[in-house]
Amino acid sequence: MVATTTPTRPASTGPEPAPTPVRRSGTTTALIAKVIGLGLVLGLAIAITPTLVGQGRWAFLAIVWVIAALALLTYAGKRALPAKYILPGTLLLALFVIYPVAMTAKASTTNFGDGTRQSQQETVVQIIASSVVQTPDAPRYTMTVATEGSVTDGPFTLFLVSQADQSVFKGTPEGLETISPRDVTLTNNAVTAAPGYTILTPQQVNAANAKINDIAVPTERGAIRPLGIRQAFEGTTTLKYDEATDTITDTQNGTEYKPVKSGDREYYTSADGKRLSDQSWLANVGFDNFQRALTDSTIRQDFIKIFIWTVVFATMSVATTFLLGLGLASTLNDPRMKGQRLYRSLLLLPYAVPGFISLLVWSGFFNKDFGLINSLTGLDIGWFTSTFWARTAVVLTNLWMGFPYMFIVCTGALQAIPSDLKEAAAIDGASGFTQFRKITFPLLLVTVAPLLVATFAFNFNNYNAIALLTEGAPFAPDNPAAGGTDILISYTMRLAFGAGGAQLGFASAISVLLFVLTGVIAAIQFRATRALEDVN
Amino acid sequence: MTEKIQGPQDPAVLPTQNPTGASAQGATGLVTQSPISRAARPSTEPIPEVRLKGARWWREVGWRHVIGVIAVLFAVFPVVYIISAAFNPLGTVVATGLIPTAFSLENFDKLFTTPGRPYGRWLGNTLLVAFVVTFVQVLCSALAAYAFSRFRFKGRRGGLLTLLLIQMFPQFLAAIAIFSMFTTIGEVVSRLGLNTLAGYGLVLFGGALGQVWLIKGFFDSVPKDLDEAAVMDGAGHATVFFRIILPLVRPIIAVTGLLAFVSAFNEFLLASIFLRGENVKTVAVGLYGLIDQDRSNNLGVFAAGAIITALPVVILFQYLQRFIVGGITAGAVKG
Repeated sequence: MVATTTPTRPASTGPEPAPTPVRRSGTTTALIAKVIGLGLVLGLAIAITPTLVGQGRWAFLAIVWVIAALALLTYAGKRALPAKYILPGTLLLALFVIYPVAMTAKASTTNFGDGTRQSQQETVVQIIASSVVQTPDAPRYTMTVATEGSVTDGPFTLFLVSQADQSVFKGTPEGLETISPRDVTLTNNAVTAAPGYTILTPQQVNAANAKINDIAVPTERGAIRPLGIRQAFEGTTTLKYDEATDTITDTQNGTEYKPVKSGDREYYTSADGKRLSDQSWLANVGFDNFQRALTDSTIRQDFIKIFIWTVVFATMSVATTFLLGLGLASTLNDPRMKGQRLYRSLLLLPYAVPGFISLLVWSGFFNKDFGLINSLTGLDIGWFTSTFWARTAVVLTNLWMGFPYMFIVCTGALQAIPSDLKEAAAIDGASGFTQFRKITFPLLLVTVAPLLVATFAFNFNNYNAIALLTEGAPFAPDNPAAGGTDILISYTMRLAFGAGGAQLGFASAISVLLFVLTGVIAAIQFRATRALEDVN
Repeated sequence: MTEKIQGPQDPAVLPTQNPTGASAQGATGLVTQSPISRAARPSTEPIPEVRLKGARWWREVGWRHVIGVIAVLFAVFPVVYIISAAFNPLGTVVATGLIPTAFSLENFDKLFTTPGRPYGRWLGNTLLVAFVVTFVQVLCSALAAYAFSRFRFKGRRGGLLTLLLIQMFPQFLAAIAIFSMFTTIGEVVSRLGLNTLAGYGLVLFGGALGQVWLIKGFFDSVPKDLDEAAVMDGAGHATVFFRIILPLVRPIIAVTGLLAFVSAFNEFLLASIFLRGENVKTVAVGLYGLIDQDRSNNLGVFAAGAIITALPVVILFQYLQRFIVGGITAGAVKG
């Protein structure tokens, strides 16, 4: 924020009035704020740069410096006044909404997922490195596990001290690097501290065992691999990779492994169909994911079924809440009624309770044996075991959660309708119902139509309503991916983060389809409101 | 301006004072000021008292109370059930009915003392995230709204329309990319990665411009003479914003703040992806884990936690009822 001299100030012919104290203090505060703010941004950018360079994250680095440059350009000068106000929010929006959307689109054309997070090159290095075997004369190292990230998830770095000549190395899956013993703290020929790194305790190494044991530091002879929690060995391999033919050859028996496609992944496979490793890699698959969603018979069936239910669910949610809300609003909106404020306060209650709490409470109500609904009504319905009843439960719960909103909206709209219109109709002989149908309702619809569309859009992606209530249940025994009450967003989230292994690329493709559908709804919303003409 | 704060209790009134053409917040709609909502509110004008009695009262007014009471029962019974469960010492689904049968604070006690279930921490995390996110969102939105309301610059109309469009796409649709993105960020700055509150809060900052439309509408209603007069007195644009305009629109700041707060408070999807460790969980994820673990035996403790969580929000809603009513009539949708 900066206080500039105001160009709009009219030229005065008289003597310039002395600057008021208000302004001086404003300018100083603004200047201090500006200096501190910019200093902070620049400082952070500078602080993070070595790490980014070290890890070779060039895109990340570029983004950091573009942000810093934008901040500098905008706030250091006296120009670009509107930008000074718009930049902070816009940057956040761009970073955490627009960029992820673009990345989702990018991921949707890949096979990104569990087992395909790395590039092919990294995979080859890893396959070869992890194939090493320990020979009797294999060099041994004293190993210290360190991390620049978290002690549980890595990324891990191995500090290695050769047991033969005490030289010190730093090893990562990217390679081995000789370092000067002076750069680290050595105790009993083991690295015990290194600047910028957290050294893992033996307990922590044990806890992260699965990840650490998989580390293989490629070397010329083969690779260095951990042996227990304090030692490592340099093993040799018989595998050789030829980049030109994209073949891994086992020099011991001459078997050649070439990439063979299976599903959306490729594996190094020998001529007789034996896989060298179950490790695949990130690859571009073009529009395969979309094609799969729309043509693979099981997936297409799921997709269409879920899409239809999503539309039905959103429609039913809007229709039921609107009808109940409107009915209540028309009933209670009578000036002769006492206690209206009390009714309104109590009816607002479901809207005020945090949504996730309501959903969790309702999910208990539908318990077959002990749930409130069955015990109050004397029914014996297995709510979450039949698709029909589970869907009924979802709509009923959403009705409870949503009707107060519609009640309030309709009450407001009803009260805004001029009563002389109704009176005129009454004089013309219209009955109460005709009045409502011909006068009140159309006028009301003008006000609430945009809200109905907005509610539809909200419910179309109402993840909580499904995830917290039924978790998508019921599931067919042979199809754990798509449940009877799943809507598109809950289906997508299960594909991406569910128990069946992350299919992030495919889930991204479904997300992209969701974006398109949401866009269509948004277009309808724009139309319903015609607010565009009013922008000024 | 104080008029807005102390405006009539009637919910129908606020929308007519609301000068915005549109609104914001999550999945939102926008409302053009239709002719009817601009009109005064004639139908609530007090009608000369005519006391209705007996059958006629029932026919014209009484039945409304019957429906009203049924509706209230429908609205209130789950709340009664939570209260009954929270104070039931057995705390199981089987032992809990609508009507409380026993009273004890055992569940509340268990809530805070069971090891491995840091409810107090969850609540603190939620409040921290919600407050910071609200502050950032309202500040960024108000700043941008000021520029859109007071300056004329290239791309202004386009910018406003783009904002409106972007708001229609919920951020969590890109959850997968956000997940990958924060995996990377965590490898560089571990304090901002997945499973950290800071990282989670940072993602929610993405909604920083969510309230621009709503606030801009109110800025537009503040006469420009006011800032021009201040400029004459030598005030810079920052002074005009912070000292003159912002104090004048305090009510809308309160409303947008509440909307932002409640929406951050209720956020579950991203929290469930981000926050896996018990100590970094928010109440939404924590209580979900609690009930998901053992649906029948954890009911009492869950209900106790739910009451503590919901009570402040419910009170706030009742207290700010008329503002919220105005806000949602202008198109805000709460999760």
